[in-house]
Formats: sequence, C-alpha cells, structure tokens
Amino acid sequence: MSLSRTDQHLVVGLRLCALLVASIVLLVFLFLLTESWPILNHISWSRFFTDHSWHPVQGFYNITPMLSATLLTTLGALILATPLGIASALFSRYYAPSFVATWYRRLIELLAGIPSVVYGFWGLTTLAPLIANLHPPGVSLFTAILVLALMILPTIALTVEAALISVPNAYHSGAVALGMSRWSMIIAIVLPAAQSGIVSGIMLGASRAIGETMAVLMVAGNVVQHPHSVFDSVRTLTANIALEMAYAMGDHRAALFVSGLALMIMVLGFISLAELFKWKSSYA
Amino acid sequence: MLKNKLATLLIYLVAVLITVTFICILADIIIHGFSQISWGYLTESPSDAGRAGGIAPIIVSTALIVFLAIIIAAPLGLATAILLTEFAQQKTIFAGFVERCLDVLASVPSIVFGLFGNAFFSLYLGLGFSILSGGLTLACMVLPILIRTAVEGLRATPDDYRFSAAALGITRTTALVHLLLPTAMPAIVAGLILGIGRAMAETAALIFTSGYVDRMPDSVFDSGRSLSIHIYDLSMNVAGGDSKAHAAALVLIVMLLIINAISMGLAKHWQKNRIISNEIII
Repeated sequence: MSLSRTDQHLVVGLRLCALLVASIVLLVFLFLLTESWPILNHISWSRFFTDHSWHPVQGFYNITPMLSATLLTTLGALILATPLGIASALFSRYYAPSFVATWYRRLIELLAGIPSVVYGFWGLTTLAPLIANLHPPGVSLFTAILVLALMILPTIALTVEAALISVPNAYHSGAVALGMSRWSMIIAIVLPAAQSGIVSGIMLGASRAIGETMAVLMVAGNVVQHPHSVFDSVRTLTANIALEMAYAMGDHRAALFVSGLALMIMVLGFISLAELFKWKSSYA
Repeated sequence: MLKNKLATLLIYLVAVLITVTFICILADIIIHGFSQISWGYLTESPSDAGRAGGIAPIIVSTALIVFLAIIIAAPLGLATAILLTEFAQQKTIFAGFVERCLDVLASVPSIVFGLFGNAFFSLYLGLGFSILSGGLTLACMVLPILIRTAVEGLRATPDDYRFSAAALGITRTTALVHLLLPTAMPAIVAGLILGIGRAMAETAALIFTSGYVDRMPDSVFDSGRSLSIHIYDLSMNVAGGDSKAHAAALVLIVMLLIINAISMGLAKHWQKNRIISNEIII
C-alpha cells in the first residue's frame, strides 16, 4: 500500500526522531571511549589489573579490588534473591487465594519502585547497626549483599511470575489428571516449562545488581580492599565512580570512565545471556 | 505427601517474610519521618546544610528536573513507538537497529548515565551543573520505558481500526491522530507516569549533572538538588542529618505512592470506559 504525501512527511519525521533516540546509545559509548582514551592511550590495559593498588593520584590504577567487590555483592545478592524471588512468584501464582495474590503482587510492584537511595538509607540507619552488633563495623560486604538482595527480589519475582503465567493451561490440566500433588507439578512441569523466563529474570536481576550505585555506596563501607570475610568493608566499581568523580582530574577521571566502560561490558554480557536463553526457548 | 506440605509451608513462610520485611522498611521511614514533617518543612528553605529548615527549593528542583525529562522524552518516545508499530510491520533493518539500541539503552546503569551526562551535556554542550543537564540525562534514561509502554499500547489496538480507516481512504496520519492514538492513550499515559516515577527515584545519574546546590533555582540553567540527592547527602555527608533525611525519604515515598495510585486509578477508569463503549458498539 503506497503512502499519501502527508504520510510520507510523517514517516520522515518519525525516522528522524527514531534515529535521534538510537544515536543516544552510540553517544553514550562514544563519550565513554573518548573520555577514557587519554589513559588507555598511554598506559597498557594490563595495569588496571596488575598495579599494586588503587591510588590514582599517584598513578596506580588497580581496579581488581573494586571488580571483586562488584562481583561478590552481585553473586551474593543473586544467591539470596533467586530462591526467594521464585518462591514469591510461586506463592502469588499457585498458593495464595486470588485476593491475597492481587494485594501481594501490588506490594511487590510497589517495592520495585522504591528508590535505591531509600533502600540504602534504611540499610545504613537500621540494618548496619544490627549487623555491627553481630560483627563490627556494620557497613560491610554482608550488609551490601542483604540490601542488594532486597532490591533485586521484586525484579526477579515479577519476571518469574510473568514466565509462570505463560505456562500453557493444558500442562496444569494434564498434571491434575495424572493426580500429581501441587509441589510435584511445580517441580516436574511448571519450573522446567518456565525455565527460560526464570533465567532471563535472574539475568535482569544480575544486571540491576551490578549497576546499582546508591544503595551499595551507602552500606558497603567503601574501603578499597579484597575482603577477607563477609564482614569486611568493600568498595564497588559504581560506588568508586560516585565517590571520586567530584574531584577527579586528568588520568584519574579517565580511569573512572574506564571503570564505567567495564561496567557497561559486564551488563551487556548479562543482557546477551538473557537474550540467548529467550532465543533458545522460542526455537526449542 | 509430606514433601508437598513442607513445600507449601516454606512458600507461605517466604511470602510472610518478604511482606514483613518490606512493611518494616516502610514503617521505619514513616515512623521516623512523620514526626519531622510539618507545613514549615515543605515550605521553607534548608539551613545549616539541611539539619534545619525545610525542603521547598529541593521539591521545586526535583519537579523541574522530572518535568524537563518527561517533556523532552515524551515526543521522541511517542514518535519512535509510532514508527516501530505503524510503519515497520515488515521488520525493516532500521527498525531492528532501533529496537536493539533501545534494549541496550534500557540496560545502561544509572551511574554510567551520570558519567555520560557529565561528559556530554555538562562539559561538551557547556550546560554545566544545571537542572537542564540533569533533565536531559534523565530523558535518555526514561526513553526506553516510555517507548516500550507506548509500543505495547499501540500493538494492543485492534487491526480492524487500521483496516476500516484504510477502507475509508483516510490517510494513516489522520487514522493515527483520530483513532489509534486516542485508543492507545491509557497505555501511553501509564508509561508516562511510570517514567515520572523512575525519574523521581533516580540519584546516581544526577550527582554529576544537576549538582548539589540547595538554593531555590532561578532558571533551568541553575544547579538544583533533587530530593533523592538530598537524602543521600544528609545521611552520608552531614553529621546529625538522619532525622531530616527520614522526613525527606517519607516525602519522596509519599509522592511515589500518589503517582502509583494515580496510574492505577487511571488504568481502572479507562478499562471501565472501554468496556462500556464496546458494549454500545455491539
């Protein structure tokens, strides 16, 4: 069907807008690269991993303590939030009476919208003192893991529930006809059928945890070190950027943009994994 | 059988645990914040680094930042959504490229948006630490949400509308303006409200773009502190700022709750209207 003159004008306008939107992503990468170029240009990549410490003002750029903190907090949060998120989704889909399920879902949606700075503030004023009783100083890897787990739990719960809803009803009828108990039905039929949606929910949670800044900044203690126990203070890549951008100059500033680039690469890795699982499932 | 009962028990326990934890968080903020809130707190300027006084300039700055972000992002987002749904049915390469870019954009961590906004809007475009820089940065952040909800809304409009319009010889532009956009409006507005919520909750992207200044802004080229940055600053950088931070957190949460309630109310209202109008057609 050919387009009229008005429609053709409209399409040109729309294309321009869409091009502008698409170019934002390219601009983000372009500026991350150009801002990190000054340092990538004159020191080698490996120094970000082999320098003996992170003292950017003196010219030492070892980011591995921050990298390990980011990976440990993310991993810890995932280990805690995944089973809880899946259980929460199972509750509102298969266990709760319908009016309870509606309210429960509303609560989870509300929690997904609570600002990270509020979670961080709560962690700092309420959770950290409790953990300090257990083992000082209170602001630690452990606290960060707990707060992050709370934050990504709604994300995981909502995506897993969406995956559960898309399991065909015939599967349930089949299970009932076979006389399976609710739990065997879930383990043997529902969870395998919803597997890909569950995995992409976890990946979504992981990418949120890696990129989270404020909550971790407020509760992790921000000491640049490889933690020896879960009660040690750590500083993540994101917290490092937020703390040092205000006064960073020259190579130091460029090094922070390099850590931004590293974050972007990790997040893209998780997103592509999530895509891969979705793709695999739709062609299975 | 025992396994089944045990699993049921565990799942109920998890649900109760999650509910209780979150009620504790909300109760903590409400109880500690409520005693600090007064009419003066909402209408005065902060003094003594925020330990005393109110948050009036901060509310104004927050509103300006969010308003700018939505005003900039909404037309761009709507145009992109229209292109993706109405003019790219055959999955053109361009549409695929735009969709891919949006997926990546949606996954950019907020601190990276902060770095980008600082390098591009504040320094390269010379906007400095200003409400405008912050608004532009947040506009980039909320675009994927606005586009996704608008696309869903437009895809949900029945194809009959498009066929009838084409059969009547109406241009697609006219059909869009008079038929498809009004039908998809509830979803579009719901997306806008979601975007407002996201923008209001954001902190990390604003620290290096809109800045820390807590005076009343004269224009959008002034630096302005958002409510979320105020909470962060009071709790981390100001000794003895916790009680006022509780109050600011309460204000932020109440605002988000109101936004949430409006979007739910609107969705219900529109759903009811649509059912009625369908019945009349039948």
